[in-house]
Amino acid sequence: MSEGHEILEVSGLSVDYMLPQGSGADIRAVDDVSFTVDRGEFLGIVGESGCGKSTLLFAVAQLLAPPAHLAAGTVKFKGANLVGLTDRQLSAIRWCDLSVVMQSAMNALNPVKSIGAQFKDALQAHGKPSKEEIAARSAAVMRMVGIDPVHLKSYPHQLSGGMRQRSMIAMAMLFTPDLIIMDEPTSALDVVAQRALMLQIKELQQTYGFAVIFVTHDMSLISHFSDRLMVMYAGQIDELGATRTIFARPLHPYTQGLLEAFPSIHGPRVPLKGIPGNPPDLAMIPSGCRFHPRCPHAVERCTVTAPDLYPVDGDLVRCLRRQDGSLSSREEGSLSR
Amino acid sequence: MAMPVSGVPTDGSRAPAAQVPAGHALARIGRAIRSNRKAATGTILLLIFILVALFPGVIAHASPTQDAYPPRLGPSSAHLFGTNAYGQDLFAQVVWGTRNVLIIAFVVGLATTGIAVLIGVAAAYLGGAWDGTLGVLTDVLLVIPLFPLLIIIAAYAHGGTTIVLITAITLTSWSYTARQLRSQALTLRNRDFLEAARVRGERKLYVIVMEVIPTMTSLIVASFLTNALYAVLLSSSLQFIGLGDPNTVSWGTTLYWAENNAALQTGEPLWAIAPGFCIALLGAAFALLNYAFDEIGNPALRPVRRSKRVRRA
Amino acid sequence: MRYALRRLGFFVLTLWAALTINFLLPRLMPGNPALAMMSKFHSAGATPQTLRALETLFGVNNQQGLLTQYFGYLHQMLTGNFGTSLSQYPASVTSVIGSAIWWTLGLVGVTTILAFLLGTGLGIVSAWRRGGKLDSVIPPVFVITSAIPYFWVAMVLVLIFGITLHWFPSQGGYYVTTDTPGLNFTFFQDVLNHAFLPAMALLITTIGTWILTMRNTMITTLAEDYVRMARAKGLPGWRIMLDYAARNAILPNLVGFAMSLGFVVSGAILVEYVFNYPGVGYMLLQAVDGEDYPLMQALFLLITVAVLFAVLAADILTAILDPRTRAAR
Repeated sequence: MSEGHEILEVSGLSVDYMLPQGSGADIRAVDDVSFTVDRGEFLGIVGESGCGKSTLLFAVAQLLAPPAHLAAGTVKFKGANLVGLTDRQLSAIRWCDLSVVMQSAMNALNPVKSIGAQFKDALQAHGKPSKEEIAARSAAVMRMVGIDPVHLKSYPHQLSGGMRQRSMIAMAMLFTPDLIIMDEPTSALDVVAQRALMLQIKELQQTYGFAVIFVTHDMSLISHFSDRLMVMYAGQIDELGATRTIFARPLHPYTQGLLEAFPSIHGPRVPLKGIPGNPPDLAMIPSGCRFHPRCPHAVERCTVTAPDLYPVDGDLVRCLRRQDGSLSSREEGSLSR
Repeated sequence: MAMPVSGVPTDGSRAPAAQVPAGHALARIGRAIRSNRKAATGTILLLIFILVALFPGVIAHASPTQDAYPPRLGPSSAHLFGTNAYGQDLFAQVVWGTRNVLIIAFVVGLATTGIAVLIGVAAAYLGGAWDGTLGVLTDVLLVIPLFPLLIIIAAYAHGGTTIVLITAITLTSWSYTARQLRSQALTLRNRDFLEAARVRGERKLYVIVMEVIPTMTSLIVASFLTNALYAVLLSSSLQFIGLGDPNTVSWGTTLYWAENNAALQTGEPLWAIAPGFCIALLGAAFALLNYAFDEIGNPALRPVRRSKRVRRA
Repeated sequence: MRYALRRLGFFVLTLWAALTINFLLPRLMPGNPALAMMSKFHSAGATPQTLRALETLFGVNNQQGLLTQYFGYLHQMLTGNFGTSLSQYPASVTSVIGSAIWWTLGLVGVTTILAFLLGTGLGIVSAWRRGGKLDSVIPPVFVITSAIPYFWVAMVLVLIFGITLHWFPSQGGYYVTTDTPGLNFTFFQDVLNHAFLPAMALLITTIGTWILTMRNTMITTLAEDYVRMARAKGLPGWRIMLDYAARNAILPNLVGFAMSLGFVVSGAILVEYVFNYPGVGYMLLQAVDGEDYPLMQALFLLITVAVLFAVLAADILTAILDPRTRAAR
């Protein structure tokens, strides 16, 4: 849970993808997203493919590349706004205070350099460590994730998938930063390796006290590890709140749909329900509430008015019917878990 | 001959168009051409040359072969490029020569691409020993330097007529594009829509002709352009060094006569510069179109718009 | 190890293919071209040995079966007996080539290295600064230059710099009348003077493809996750550009660069022709003119072998630079 003040404050963040001249208006992949992260907090971000969660992460870390660009908003990290800073200015906090773990280590690690060489690059980019210091620190972080430091000499393709992911996490820990941003680091692993990795991350977090923003499409995985949960849909936040609370009584129909797609091992047997339809093409967003075409509780005004993020019952929800209280538990007919 | 400029190494990572039938693909290509400046320029140039080749008599009134005029005249309104040492009108020569060059370009381009598609796709689909043998054949021909080989062939044939040139060039220069097509065909082999066709029970040949090849349209068109470009450069180079038929009217042969008569040194530069410039222009047209197709097929290569300034909240 | 063996195998196979093509061509061509050549040798007063060697090479007046001829031919080739030159009778082909080879080596070698370094460098920087001034100029300009015929560029250079401006000589490798080859400074200067325009011609036409292919693979590489990761780590720009992007971008191009040597050599043939530059290319064309088939054949094989060596070298270089190939094979 939160231990005091915020480490990250994102306000009104919007990211556009620029289309070539003459192909129409730019596509807004992330729309007016605002949230905070406290020191030591574990924030999970879930959503379907294409909802903008990875783009959001890159935007926060200032790692967007053309044709994506940050159209509006601020990202205050430890009080300072990162938006608009040059790579040079950012390098001071990069990796030292804020590091990144990506989805596929095979793609995120330079294939022609050994793991140790890539650690060395990071260490040398922030200070002038001696050879011994480099060796010591590299070995230390490898041991933190349970890998024998002898593998520092290996190339990425020589390690197994699980080891590669863990060495990426080790690399992210080189300076024990205050915030680590993780983009689906477990998606490429099998179920057993996934859980092992998650436990490792949680353990490290508890030992070293860093905050984590963890993006995934796997709701059930994140539920055991995150303090707070953010549900994204079509570039917007649809629900944001404490994980336990959301799982106990999801407010947004989309969140309910996501949860109902997973069977509970403990509860009574229920027929699985998917969410009909597909996420919208961001070039042709539905009018009013973006979710209304797929929402079982949509009414007339949902097609007209676009809802804001509104506090309801301790959560933030983007739903007109929750906003005015017209959606009751009886009508939902969903089971609480 | 220039090296092929490919946006992509020959591992087929050029992204193919989505599974649309060939007609659709061509329409998309048409739209893409109009919006891309390089493609537009290339197309216009090409069309101009095609027009000149189709109606040479309309554009140049003099005869290209008759040495009817006073020799060594400079450019004038009567003779736009002047006359050469034999008293022939140079403008007429260049204009009439367009036909020969374009015929070679298109015939070789089509034939070579045809062979390349056949071999490339067959190798990818037949797999196993067939793929191995065809692959080795392709690779060997790829490494052997083409121009010297053509020189030898033409030398033994004591100079080639247009047909000989076309045949020789076609038979030797299909390997590069065959390799590219094979790579792409390989990446397509396991795509879902092909699985769907297989599950539907379609025969292998049907799958290849009706599903795979239309998907590769953009690469096939690009291959045609590459091969046409090669054809122009190789044939005119061969003609230039005297291994074409010196009596045909073509840009390369005009250059041959110019070189033979030391045109540059004796103050008749236009004799050499004009036809060479046309070759360069036609080559540029093919190259621009080819490059534009690279950009169309691989969106990452397209020109980047400058990022707008971020509004601080 | 297996990788190296496979590449070596390919080398041998292609060499064999080139030799076989060389063997078959004169025998397949209509009109038996070698016959005319043989009678010229006769009238030049060739010795029976010379004639026999030529018969093996070209199959004229040869009573033996095709297969026997083939093995005889291979044996001769592999022992270095390429026959006697007709145009420079009675010099042996090998000695004739020996005199020309250094000129071409110098011209092509230096130009290729320059084009490679400059081309790759410009390609890397142009891709790194996407959307910058350099990047908007380079693609259109070099797309066009790479489609221009070599000989035309040579001719234009001759016209402008040689004839009109008189800045550089437009013929030959050195002033044959006033200079004698030797390790003296004036000769050296003379050589450079004469080599300048041909080198420029080659450079202008070949650099384009290298810039463009490097730029294109660089652009694809820059979109990779590990480049984004390098940015995330706060690495300095030059290190990302060179160590993370360029090192990966160049790998698929190396072998392509080697194969492009075939094109550079072809270009050199034409450039030497226009400049009367006394290299191997010029010699080839003279040989064609004079129906000096032994010389012509040998030169073709020489060029092929040179390209093959370059490809082999590039293969090995790729294996060394890319740890993945080392492991996989």
